[in-house]
Amino acid sequence: MGSSYNPNRWRRYADWDERPLRLDKFAKEDPANGFSAFSSPADPKPSVKINAGSIVSMDGVLAHDFDMIDEFIARHHIDPAMTEEAMAMDSGHIARMLVDMNVPREALVRLAHGMTPAKLADVVSRLNALEIAFAYSKMRARKTPGNQAHVTNAKDDPLQLAADAATAVAFGFDEIETTMRVSRNAWSNAVACAVGSAVGRWGVLFQCSSEEAEELRIGMAGFTSYAETVSVYGTEKTFIDGDDTPWSKAFLAAAYASRGIKMRCTSGAGSELLMGFHESKSLLYLEARCLCLQRGMGVQGTQNGGIDGAPLTATIPGGVRELMAENLIAVWLDLECASGNDARSTESEIRVGAKILPYLIGGSDLICSGFGSILAYDNSFNPSLFNGEEMEDYLVLQRDFEADGGLTPLPESKALDLRRKAVDCIAAVFEELDLGQPTADMKQSVVIASGSNETRSYMPREVAGISEAIKDRGITVVDVIKALAKRGFREEAENLLNVVKLRVSGDYLQTSAMVRNGKVVSAINDPNTYQGPGTGYRVSESRRLEINSIRDVLDQDEVLRSEAMHEKEEARRIGYRVIGEAIPSDDKDEIVIGISPAFGLKLFQTTASHRLSDILKNMITAIESRGLKARIVRFNHTADTSFLGLSAARLSGSGIGIGIQAKGTAVIHQRDRLPHNNLELFSNAPITQLEHYKGFGANAAAYALGEMPEPVVVPTRGEAMGSRYHARVALIYAIETALTSEGAAPQNIEVKFKL
Amino acid sequence: MTRKLTLADYPLAETRSAEVKGTRGKSLDDISLDAVLTGDVAMEDLRITPKALADQAEISRAANRPTLALNFERAAELVNVPQDFIMSSYELLRPGRAKTKQQILNVAQIFRNQHNSPAIAAFFEEAAEIYERRGLYTHRF
Repeated sequence: MGSSYNPNRWRRYADWDERPLRLDKFAKEDPANGFSAFSSPADPKPSVKINAGSIVSMDGVLAHDFDMIDEFIARHHIDPAMTEEAMAMDSGHIARMLVDMNVPREALVRLAHGMTPAKLADVVSRLNALEIAFAYSKMRARKTPGNQAHVTNAKDDPLQLAADAATAVAFGFDEIETTMRVSRNAWSNAVACAVGSAVGRWGVLFQCSSEEAEELRIGMAGFTSYAETVSVYGTEKTFIDGDDTPWSKAFLAAAYASRGIKMRCTSGAGSELLMGFHESKSLLYLEARCLCLQRGMGVQGTQNGGIDGAPLTATIPGGVRELMAENLIAVWLDLECASGNDARSTESEIRVGAKILPYLIGGSDLICSGFGSILAYDNSFNPSLFNGEEMEDYLVLQRDFEADGGLTPLPESKALDLRRKAVDCIAAVFEELDLGQPTADMKQSVVIASGSNETRSYMPREVAGISEAIKDRGITVVDVIKALAKRGFREEAENLLNVVKLRVSGDYLQTSAMVRNGKVVSAINDPNTYQGPGTGYRVSESRRLEINSIRDVLDQDEVLRSEAMHEKEEARRIGYRVIGEAIPSDDKDEIVIGISPAFGLKLFQTTASHRLSDILKNMITAIESRGLKARIVRFNHTADTSFLGLSAARLSGSGIGIGIQAKGTAVIHQRDRLPHNNLELFSNAPITQLEHYKGFGANAAAYALGEMPEPVVVPTRGEAMGSRYHARVALIYAIETALTSEGAAPQNIEVKFKL
Repeated sequence: MTRKLTLADYPLAETRSAEVKGTRGKSLDDISLDAVLTGDVAMEDLRITPKALADQAEISRAANRPTLALNFERAAELVNVPQDFIMSSYELLRPGRAKTKQQILNVAQIFRNQHNSPAIAAFFEEAAEIYERRGLYTHRF
C-alpha cells in the first residue's frame, strides 16, 4: 500500500490510510461548540414545578422565561396530573424499568406523559447501547416491523420511477418516498410513483417530499397518502431559522389530518448544530425537546434518529449510541418511529452493518426512513445507509439473524415482469391523459436498467412540461384511476383506488399505521406487547421461509449436478482401473499417491475448478522427472487428508506418500510421522493451482531422495475461504465419506491418460 | 352511535364499513372502481369527514393518546375550511409574517365565527400571546 519509504512510520498506518473508513471525518467532543452526544454542562437538570394545575417552571426555567419550545411542551405535552409523580422518581430506577420485561409498556408510556425533556434524556443516557436496543424493541408502538424506501432517480424520469416503485413494493416496503432533482417536477414524480406503487399489490403508502404547500396540494389531488417533511427543531432560533414555529407546524399537522393524509414530523440530532443554534446543549437533550414537542402537537409519529444530521452525529463520540437513544425516547413517548438509518453516515461498510443491526433484530415501525431502493447515484435525497447496491446484503442479514427487516427476496423473473407492467401502466396513463407518448425503446431501456445512467428515457426538462400539465389541468388520482381502467389495467386501478379510500375512514391516521394484506395494521390493533421470550413480534414459520428464500443457494443435488457435467469430459481424459489390493512395497524409488474414495468416481474437479486428471498428471510428471515412480492407490477406509497421506506413506517403498482428496486438499506424509505432523500441506484447495501440485510432486520426490526442499507455499490474499467454499466443501466431503467403509482395503489403480 | 368508540371498534373501515361515509354520503361499500368509472364517485367522495376524525379522536383517547385526539379534533374543524384559507393562515403563523398580534387574532376570529372552529381559534390566540412575548412580530428579510 504505502509506496514511499519512511523509516519512522509503521506502514500499517499507511494501509489504514487507504481504508474507506479514513474518508470519514471524526470530531472531537466539545460541548461548548455543540459537539456532545449525551450530556453538556449547559444541559439543565430535570425539574418541574406546578402551581394550581399549571407549570411554573420546567427544567430550571421559570415560566415567564420559557422560549417557544418550553412553552409548547409545558402547555401541550406535560400532563399536570402525572408530572409530579414521574419527575419525583429516580432516573436510575426508571431506566431499569425500561429494560425490565415485567414492566408493561403502558406503565412507562404513562410516566413519559409527565416527564420533561431533561428527565427523559437523563433516564435514557443511563442505558448502554445494548440496553437501549432492548428497550427500543420493548417500547416501540406497533408489534410488526416495517420498512420504507426511497424511490427517486437522477433524471426525474417517470417511467423509471414507476418501475422502481413497483420493484420496491415487491421487495415488501410499506412506504415509499420520492423527491425531485428539479422541484417543479413534483407532480410528475407523484403520478409516476403512485401508479408504480399500485402494481403487484395494494397498500403501500406513498409520499412526495416537496415544498410544504405544494406537498399538501399533491396530497389533496389524491396522489400521496402520507407526509413526513414537517421538521421540528430543539432550539427556538433554529426553529425560526427553519421558518416555522411550534404553532405553525402543529397547525400544519392538523391540516394534513383534515385532508385524511397520514403525517409524521421529522427531527434528529445534529440539525441544530448544522444550523448553527445549538445553545451548547447536548444532542440528546435538544432531541428530547423535539420529541416532547411532537407529542404535544398531536402527531402520530416521527421520523427520527439523526436523519439529515446523522452523518454529523456519527462524527461525535457516542453519536451512534445517541441516535439509538433518541429513537428510544420517541417510542417511549408513544410515537410511531421511522427510525432513521437513512442518510449514509459513513463510508465504512462495517459501520453500516453495525448501525443497522440493533434495528434489524429489535424491529422498528419503519426500520429505515428511507432505504435507498434505487442505486446510490439515483437517490435524490442523498445516498442512504443501504442503497440498491446493498439490497442483497440486507436480505442476507435478515436470513442470518432470522430477523424481520420488512423485506422479502424478489426472484429475477418476477422483478422483470413487474417493471414491465409498471412501465406499461404509466405509459398508458400518459397516453390517455395526453401527457406523453413514451416509445418502445424508452420503455425497454427503463425496464432493464439498474439505474438512470442506463436509460434512454425522459430528461428533467421534458418532465417539467408533464409535471406542469398535471398541475395546471387539475388532474387528480381519479383521472389516473380511470385511465388505468380504460386501458385494461383494472387491477392496478383498483389498487390505487383502495389507497385513496383509506382516507375516508381515517383508520390509517392512528399511530404506526401501515397496510398489510389489504388491512390497516397499527398500534391500536397490533400493539407491541413484549413481555419477554415468546411474546411480542416473532418471525412465523411462513415468514421465516420467505426471509430464507435468497437466490443461489446450494444443496447436494446442485453439487452432484455440477459434477455430472464434468464426468463425461473427464472420462475422455483419464481412465482409472483397479488392478488389485494395494500392499506395502520395498521399492525405494516409489512414491504412493493416495486418492480419496470419490476421486474420479463421483467427483471430478477441485474446488479451484482444476480437473482431477490434470492434478494427477502434474504430480506424476514431477515425480517421474526425478527418476522415481508414482503408484496410485485408492483408499476406501478414510477420506481424511492426513490419513490418506499417512496410509500412502506406509504403503510406499520410499516411505513418502501424497494424500489427496477430490476437492484438491493434499498432503505429503512420511511413514513414521504422527498423523497430523505432515511434511507439507495444501489446506486451501480453492486457491491451489496446477503448478503448486506439480511442485508438490517434485518435493515428494526430493524427500524420497533425502533432500530438504523449500516447501511449496500457496499464497493467500486473506480471502474468506470458508464463506466462499465451505458449504460446497461440506457437501462434497459428505459424498466422499459416504463411500468409505471401516476396514476396506486400499486398491492399486492403473491410471491411463487419454489426451 | 351514542356509546363511545373503543379499541375494539377499530379499524372502522372493517367493523362498520356501511356507516363510514365520505363527504357526499357515499359509504365505503359504495366506493367501487365501477362507481368511479361511471362517474358516480368523484374526488369529493374520497375525503375524510369531521365525523370520521371525531371517531378517530375517540379511539385515540381510548388508547391513552390524548394529544393525538386533540389534533384529530382540530383537524375536524379544518375539514370544510377552504384550502387557500388554510394555507394563508399557516403562512401567517410562520415567523415574522404577522407584524402585529392583532393580525393573528383576526384570523382566530374568522376561524371561530365563520368556520365554526373554536379549537383552532384558541390555538391561534395562544400563538398570538406567545409570539408577542417572544418578539416574533418583527420584520424578517
